[in-house]
Amino acid sequence: MNDIIIYAVIFLGVVGAASAVILYFIAQKFKVIEDPKIDEVEGALPAANCGGCGFPGCRGFSEALVKSVNEKQSIEGLSCPVGGNDVMAKVAAILGIVAEEKEPQIAVIRCSGSKENAPKKINYDGPATCAFAHNLSSGESGCPYGCLGCGDCVAACKFDAIYMDEVTGLPVVKDNCVACGACVIACPRDIIELRNKGKKDRRIFVSCMNEEKGGIAKKNCSVACIGCSKCFKVCPFEAITMNNNLAYIDYEKCKLCRKCVLECPTGAIHELNFPPRKEKVAEVESNVEPKIEVNKDQSLDTKE
Amino acid sequence: MNLLTLSGSPHVHGDSSTKKIMYGVVIAMIPAMLVSIYFFGLDAIRVTLISVIACLIVEWAIQKYLIKGPVTITDGSAIVTGVLLAFNVPSNLPIVIIIIGAIVSIGIAKMSFGGLGKNPFNPALVGRVFLLISFPVQMTTWPKPAALFSGLTDAVTGPTPLGHLKEAVKAGRTVQDVLENGSSWVMDGVNYSYQIPGYVDQLMGNMGGSLGEVSAIALILGGIYMLYRKIITWHIPVAYIGSVVVFSGILWMINPDIYVNPGFHLVAGGLMLGAIFMATDMVSSPMSWKGQLIFGLGCGVLTVIIRIWGAYPEGVSFAILIMNAFVPLINRGLKPKRFGETAK
Amino acid sequence: MKTFKIGGVHPPENKLSTDRPIEVLAIPAQVIIPLSQSLGAPSVPVVNKGDAVKVGQLIAKGEAFISSNIHSSVSGKVLKIDEAMDQSGYRRQAIFITVEGDEWMEDIDRSAELKKEITLTKEEIVSKVKELGIVGLGGATFPSHVKLMVPTGKKAEVLILNGVECEPYLTADHRLMLEKGEELMVGIKILMKGLDVKRAVIGIENNKLDAIGHLKNIAKDFDGIEVEALKVQYPQGGEKQLIDAVLRRQVPSGKLPIEVGAVVHNVGTAFAVYEAVQKNKPLFERVVTVTGKNVKNPGNFMVRVGTSINELIEKAGGLPEDTGKIVSGGPMMGKALNSVDVPVVKGTSGILLFKEKEARRVDPTNCIRCGKCITVCPMGLEPVLLAQYAELEMWENVEAERALDCIECGSCQYTCPAGRPLLDYIRLGKFRVGQIIRNRSKK
Repeated sequence: MNDIIIYAVIFLGVVGAASAVILYFIAQKFKVIEDPKIDEVEGALPAANCGGCGFPGCRGFSEALVKSVNEKQSIEGLSCPVGGNDVMAKVAAILGIVAEEKEPQIAVIRCSGSKENAPKKINYDGPATCAFAHNLSSGESGCPYGCLGCGDCVAACKFDAIYMDEVTGLPVVKDNCVACGACVIACPRDIIELRNKGKKDRRIFVSCMNEEKGGIAKKNCSVACIGCSKCFKVCPFEAITMNNNLAYIDYEKCKLCRKCVLECPTGAIHELNFPPRKEKVAEVESNVEPKIEVNKDQSLDTKE
Repeated sequence: MNLLTLSGSPHVHGDSSTKKIMYGVVIAMIPAMLVSIYFFGLDAIRVTLISVIACLIVEWAIQKYLIKGPVTITDGSAIVTGVLLAFNVPSNLPIVIIIIGAIVSIGIAKMSFGGLGKNPFNPALVGRVFLLISFPVQMTTWPKPAALFSGLTDAVTGPTPLGHLKEAVKAGRTVQDVLENGSSWVMDGVNYSYQIPGYVDQLMGNMGGSLGEVSAIALILGGIYMLYRKIITWHIPVAYIGSVVVFSGILWMINPDIYVNPGFHLVAGGLMLGAIFMATDMVSSPMSWKGQLIFGLGCGVLTVIIRIWGAYPEGVSFAILIMNAFVPLINRGLKPKRFGETAK
Repeated sequence: MKTFKIGGVHPPENKLSTDRPIEVLAIPAQVIIPLSQSLGAPSVPVVNKGDAVKVGQLIAKGEAFISSNIHSSVSGKVLKIDEAMDQSGYRRQAIFITVEGDEWMEDIDRSAELKKEITLTKEEIVSKVKELGIVGLGGATFPSHVKLMVPTGKKAEVLILNGVECEPYLTADHRLMLEKGEELMVGIKILMKGLDVKRAVIGIENNKLDAIGHLKNIAKDFDGIEVEALKVQYPQGGEKQLIDAVLRRQVPSGKLPIEVGAVVHNVGTAFAVYEAVQKNKPLFERVVTVTGKNVKNPGNFMVRVGTSINELIEKAGGLPEDTGKIVSGGPMMGKALNSVDVPVVKGTSGILLFKEKEARRVDPTNCIRCGKCITVCPMGLEPVLLAQYAELEMWENVEAERALDCIECGSCQYTCPAGRPLLDYIRLGKFRVGQIIRNRSKK
């Protein structure tokens, strides 16, 4: 009985020791020499592997960072949208350089074609993929620029920061959006845009992508941008540009004065996270129709 | 007017559906079911019913309470699994064991992989093999077939032809001797004798065995129906049965004393049930016809190997399960001939 | 009887309008003529707002290599050049013309007399076909003159005429073959001269026995034209399938039919070529089948391009109450329309109305891996695999499994017992793979 135990122990011990020796030599032979900084940098990154930086995962990004520093002594153009400035500062410290500050950004849905604003004209009966629905036709509401509502952006989001609102049929971006840009790529109609978060999370943007003429756009959707240029004229900071019947607010130039919001006749310009408007403002802008407000979650009951 | 529907082409759909396929299989199993009722009496009905109901309940419960998704028990796949499981067990199996079999079949072999269409192995066979390993005594105690409803009270048990032959050959007797003279033995002071039934009896189903496997004729009838309805193609059954005949025929020609003739392999045991109903299960068999031929061939060879050299007298279940494991490989390796591709 | 070798399905034929002769539809009050009517680049308008146009006048020029000329189908005034909803489901550039009278260009021969003698040379035929805007009328609308220009180093041996009409419901080609047989034959002769081939085969499915008999009869007077009856099998009208069925030659993946010495034209195209070459008449009208199980008077109509589909439906007995889907083309490959105010274009072979019940697809369930889609795929692909890869966005695999070979015939989805949207995903895969390949070649 004892013999068996002893033999077993000896035998296994010898096999184990032999394997360890072989393994050691093999490991030495195939050792990959890597810059230890890559590991360090990777440790500082958020490990979300979202690809928002444009590299395959955090490891790929760290390699790119280290390489960039070795070659150009800077990490210009490289940034982790998830970690933001904090993480990039840490990374820069590891790499021994100074990172430039970047405005934090967030994804914004530039369409308000909810079920109510842009009623269904046809039934789409196919796989729930925006990419396919986009190729098939202009969509259920008939607006060829509007949200298709199949949720490709939701599927693309790795941070659970976007969801489909059952009532409106539109995606809604939550506060935990890290602006990785996955949804921007996923959306076949380029409705989603990354914009600066803005002071106190306050943002103003045109919630429409329709480049059709006003009348046609309005036929499909009551809150479409009709290209009337009213906002363009009222903007004191030249932040608004008009292109193909569509207004666009440059977030770098916009000073959040909210004049355009009041001016818009269809309510296509949305303001987020602003305190309720004081009466005074409305009086000043007396030539405007009843005031338009969009509350925080972009609910779209703001028809004129 | 109503809203128009917009979808990609094609705008028409053929009349085939999963439901039709599954209920077609159920219909194809009716002849074998009737034969089992004839030979094993009410027990057969009892086992089949319990198995089907248990399978349905397990599937329903899992879909409703575990997955919390849509319940799809009406598609008939659970019924097929239930009947096939019943076909694979002896008629005197205790209720509890049948229910365990159903839980394993549906719960482990099917739903844990994602339900219908996702299971790599045939659920009924997984259930059967699980029972065979867990309850070897109950699973290999075969009631002797009797004419309709006779002997219901004092079910006599006997061996299957395959099992008996294997034992006897192991004990040193020749195949011919066993087939012609039968055998008798003494156990616990009681004299037993057993004569392997003739081919006609075996064809009709008058032999010991699992519920559904006994009657080759009824199974072939079901197979013809499924071929007619285009539920199955000929590839798997023909490749399976053909390879069994060829392989066992070669062995038989080498030494007819140890190896029984291929005809015996065909009608005794679960070959027909396996080849027609189990191996042809769409979900766990290859998709291209080339793959199906290879799959059938593998099943046949493995069946004979297990029957002759394996520990169990019957090898159909194991053979099919083993080949099920190769299906993804076969699907990946065997591409259909592309249009415009010149033959190599 | 011959047919193609791999796959195929046989959907119920439902040819409701077989015995309805071609009826000429009245000219509408306004036509909308889209500028993208053929495969390739959109045409460039050559008329301006307010211009008066005559029937058959050139109004848009195809300037790219694969592009086609477009002619006015009516006489009247150009109302505007603007965006209009077309069959793609999007608003695209179109020419709006208000109809005034029916004044034709002077050089169009409007007599019904059959002109057999071919006076034009090979080069003249090709340029005529190009000039008068002839495109493939089978549905793909590939500009016909491109097909007539055989690339150097290749030799066309056989001209195959596609009279298969394998799509259920449609009967436009069938009626054309019955009613315009002689003109068709002359058209084929012209195409043969243009291609410099000695042999032409008209492939017709065996469910059109009258057309087969009729054409066989006429073909006796024309050298080198044969009529081949083919076994009914979908998608025999696919170019590659038809060549396989008639010649027993398979066009290699990614290659054109000329690779095996064949050129395929639709019978409708042959008729249009006859009219263009012999009568100098541009392609501005075509036969359209209007059909559907609850359409009152299904029929075949000669329609001017640009006519609203609504007019056609009115002619066929009005839009039924319970219409659930309007399809342009056949049920297998046609395109669902999102409104009735869509103009007929050169490629419109039929308008198909579905009842509400027929319109909805079956709800997809789990794939049961039956392999039926693989069995029926006429290109020998594995639709289930392609669809899965596309669903999982594994585009490299989609490409490696040769998604681009797919002819989008829809046999896989038609036959799928689980009702899965296989073709939808394959199409998505093809689209994405196409993008990837284009990006790659850019680099």
